[in-house]
Formats: sequence, C-alpha cells, structure tokens
Amino acid sequence: MSDLLVLEGLAATYNHAIRALSDVSLTVRRGEIVALLGANGAGKSTTLKAVSNLLHAERGQLTRGRIVFDGRDATSLPSAKLVRLGLVPVLEGRHCFRALNVEENLVAGGIGGGLSRREIAAGLERVYTLFPRLKERRRSASGLTSGGEQQMSAIGRALMARPRLLVLDEPSMGLAPLVVETIFSTLKGLNREEGLSILVAEQNSTVALRYADRAAVLDAGSTVLAGDAADLRGRAEIKALYLGSPGESAAHLAALRRPSPADHAAA
Amino acid sequence: MFDYQFFIEVLVGGLLSGVMYSLVAIGFVLIYKTSGVLNFAQGAMLLFAALTFVSLVERGVPFWLALSATLVIMVVLGITVERTVLRPLVNQSPMTLFMATLGLSYIIEGAAQLLWGTQVHGLDLGIDDVPFEVGGVLISQFDLFAAAIAGTLVTTFALFFRYTRTGLAFRAVADDQFAALAVGLRLPRVWAAVWTAAGIVALVAGLLWGARLGVQFSLSLVVLKALPVLVLGGFDSVAGAIVGGLLIGAIEKLAEVYVGPLFGGGIVAWAAYVVALGFLLVRPSGLFGQKLVERV
Ligand SMILES: Nc1ncnc2c1ncn2[C@@H]1O[C@H](COP(=O)(O)OP(=O)(O)OP(=O)(O)O)[C@@H](O)[C@H]1O
Ligand SMILES: [Mg+2]
Repeated sequence: MSDLLVLEGLAATYNHAIRALSDVSLTVRRGEIVALLGANGAGKSTTLKAVSNLLHAERGQLTRGRIVFDGRDATSLPSAKLVRLGLVPVLEGRHCFRALNVEENLVAGGIGGGLSRREIAAGLERVYTLFPRLKERRRSASGLTSGGEQQMSAIGRALMARPRLLVLDEPSMGLAPLVVETIFSTLKGLNREEGLSILVAEQNSTVALRYADRAAVLDAGSTVLAGDAADLRGRAEIKALYLGSPGESAAHLAALRRPSPADHAAA
Repeated sequence: MFDYQFFIEVLVGGLLSGVMYSLVAIGFVLIYKTSGVLNFAQGAMLLFAALTFVSLVERGVPFWLALSATLVIMVVLGITVERTVLRPLVNQSPMTLFMATLGLSYIIEGAAQLLWGTQVHGLDLGIDDVPFEVGGVLISQFDLFAAAIAGTLVTTFALFFRYTRTGLAFRAVADDQFAALAVGLRLPRVWAAVWTAAGIVALVAGLLWGARLGVQFSLSLVVLKALPVLVLGGFDSVAGAIVGGLLIGAIEKLAEVYVGPLFGGGIVAWAAYVVALGFLLVRPSGLFGQKLVERV
C-alpha cells in the first residue's frame, strides 16, 4: 500500500449554506510531494482544513466523501489525533502564537505531537539545524519576527510533531522569492532524505510545480486536473486556467483536456 | 495641612482591599482568555464555594477537611460546567455564551439554596480584624492576610503558566485557538485545567469575601465589583486584573474619604463605575487588554 492520503469525492459547506467544495479527489503516495493548485476561492484551504478535520472550527462541515490516511478512515478523527498519527498541518497565514517566543512556538508543536521532554529537546535541535535563523530568534516574540521567520516557525512547529505527511497551505504567501526558495528547498531536502510526504496548496504554481512530483488543480470546488508536475509545468495554459475568471477557465479547460499519460496514472 | 500619614493609611487600606477585587477578576480572565467566554457564573461559583464550606464547618466537619472537600466539589463543578454547558456551545456567538453563563449563575445559586438553605452564615477564618501599626500607619490584619493569600495564589498561577506544559498549552490556546487546534493541542484538556483554576479562585475568593461580608446570597454580587476592574485592566490580561483591582480598591477608598463628604457619603457603591466608564471612553481595550504583539 503506497497511498498515504486518499481523498474521495469531498464536498463541504460553511454554515450549512455556502458550498465551498463539491467534488475533490486526490491521492498522495508515500514519499511524494503533491501540489494543490487553484485560483482564489477555488477551495484549496477548505480541502486542507477538511483533511486535518479543522472545518468545524470555522463553522464548516464535510457533507460528502471520504478521507483515508495511512489506510485508516480519517474522516472523523479529531485533529489532535491526526497530528499524533503523523498528519500535521501548516495553516494559511502561518498562525504563529504571536505572544509566545519562537522556541515556545516550537515546543507547543512538540506538545501537540505528544512528545516527551527529551524528544522535544531533540526536535528543537533538528529544527534549528534546518532553519538557523530560528535559533538566533528563539527568544523573540513570534509576532515581532519577520514574515519569513514566522513561516519558518510555523513549519518548524509542525515538524516538531514528527509528521509523516506535512500539509502546507500557501507557504509562499507574502514572502520574498529568495525566502520562498529557502523554504521549498528545505522541504525538498526533508522529502528526499527522510521520505517526508508533502501536500502543498499554492497559488505560486511556478515554484510549486518545480518542487512537486505531482499536482492537482482545483476549480470552483472540484478537482479538474491531476498529473505529473513535470507534465503540467510544460503546459502554459494552466496558468491562465487557474488564475483566470471562471468563464475563461472553462474554455482553457477544454483545451487542456487532451488525454495525457499522467492523467491516466493519476486516475 | 494635608495629613500624609492618613492619606497613606487610606491608600494602603484601598490597595489591600483591591487585592480581593483582583482575585475575582482573575477568575474571569482565565476563562475569557482561553475560550472567549465572559463567565458571569463566576460570582455564583464563589457563593457556592463559600456556602458549601461554611455549611460543612457548621455541621462539625474539621476546617481542613471542609476546605479539601469544597475544593474537590468546586473542581468537579467547574469541569462539569465546561463539559455540559460550554463545550456544546463552542463556536457560538459571544452573546449566546454570555447568556448561557448568566442562566448558569441562577442554576448554581438555586442549587446552593436547595442544598444549604437561605440563611446568612458568619464565616470565621480565625484571623482577627484588628488593625496593627507599621511605621505609624494602621493596617488591617485581615486585609494583609487576604492580600498574602491572593498574592500566593496569583504567583502560583503565574509560575504554572510560565513553566509547565499545560501552562504553555494554555498560553497557546489563549493566543490563537485555531492554531492550537491545528498543532494538535487538546483543547478540552486545557479548558478542564482552566475551569479547575477558576474553581480554585472561586473558593479562595469566596472564603475571603465570605469572611468579610458574611456568607449570604448577595455574595454572588461581588462579580459586579469585578466588572470595573476588568474594564480598567482589560478582559484578557491577568496582569491587568491585578493592577486594575489594586487601582479600583485604592480609588474607592480615596474617593470615599476625600470626595465622599462632598456628596454626603455613599460614593463607594458607584465610584468604581464612574472611573471605569470614563476609562472606557479613553481606552476601550483596557490598560493591558489585547496588547497585540504585531510588527507593523
Ligand atoms: N470561514 C469561511 N466561511 C464561509 N465561507 C468560506 C470560509 N472560508 C472560505 N469560504 C468560501 O469557500 C470557498 C473556498 O475558499 P478557500 O479558502 O478554500 O479557497 P482557497 O482556494 O484557499 O483560496 P485562496 O487562494 O484565496 O486562499 C470560497 O468561496 C470562500 O469564500
Ligand atoms: Mg486558501
């Protein structure tokens, strides 16, 4: 069994009224980086929140579909349980604990992962090796650190819980290109050396497709395309598709729907 | 000639009684910070604690046993309230939650009445309220005792929140509840810890206030004393609750002595509210409230 995460036909609403997802399916295999692409409001964040069972906290609910993590039905497992099983989210907008210092943020991640004191100490060393900036800033209140440092703190905090699948929501948001590269190459390093699987939602498709193995495209709450990142990279129309308006997308979509070997592989 | 010695005496007396306001306010702040609920039932919990303790003692239960038993009861009460009333209402609007705690306060008061009757009880903690002199200033022994107890309690909480895992989890939840949920912190555990703490605060405050005012139903109205403190200090700051309590205590006493005669007395009942209202207009988030750590 090499599928680590499987989403099947997810539909979701907010307040039992606003439909945010209508049909989302995708698979993350062990050791893979999968990019989830789509325009504003396409449903990327909603999908990722559904995966971590966080929708209820924003008055959202999953109305249909199934989520399987590591061979186990994860559709209604509490988020804390999912973290302990190794499915750890990094939220859109970073969401650091602003009044806590950087190190306390990391420790909170370790506590969330159910680690012992010694494991937390080891985890801190590991995160500081990955992001030396954080070591320098360890005593600073998180809210006073730069956007890049906050993103590193948020990722470091998630890594503290020893994830097997890291689920990131727009890590590049609002960051300088150089910082984005640092973050993505660090993640790629973890993926290559430790086999960490990654599901990452991005609007910055250029960067995401460069680092990802495969990608899925969301449009108006449905997955409309899935394939090898290398294959999607070559198709310039993609960009127009998910950064364009819904009407435009439909036209582009038709153009993109030529069967490709990657689509078959993903299906 | 302005009598400085007398002024200091009034000031110290005010600060010491302010400690008792802080104590009640801290009960609010703990819960507000972690779940955004303004727990109006804090006063009823305080009454319940004092009444339970007094009734046990009057039935011949030894002091320490009665104290431990009441502590256990308060912790159970706190956790039960969190679990049966507030947890099902999580993510509801603040108004809904406030109404729930308002209703709850009547239920707890009713239960106390049903259980222990309605008569007024005296509560003797064994501390005589005789004043003694420090450098020419008269200080109430009871006030000093109350301040010491409250100070110890607050210090213990502060150390707990700074140095323990549960304390760190508490601060994380208070800071960003959604993020706390996402990193896998178990909010129900944190809430249980917070309601336990609120139960302990209610017990200590109930005994101190009960010893001062007598244990009776109006005791639950000391929550009204906490409101100006919260306005002044901010609803989400423990430090604010402490400073706010001291300020309100001092202002009340000074107003009573120096301004009261101009109005023919009776000013204590509303002086704190005047100050709080005035303050509300200038700084709605309070002295320490919602001090967002933000980079511009
Ligand atoms: N908390 C919420 N309450 C109500 N509706 C919401 C909420 N969050 C998102 N939505 C709606 O759900 C839909 C999907 O939003 P979602 O945030 O998942 O998109 P996204 O792909 O992450 O967009 P972005 O790139 O802007 O982050 C949108 O129509 C949005 O307006
Ligand atoms: Mg989003």
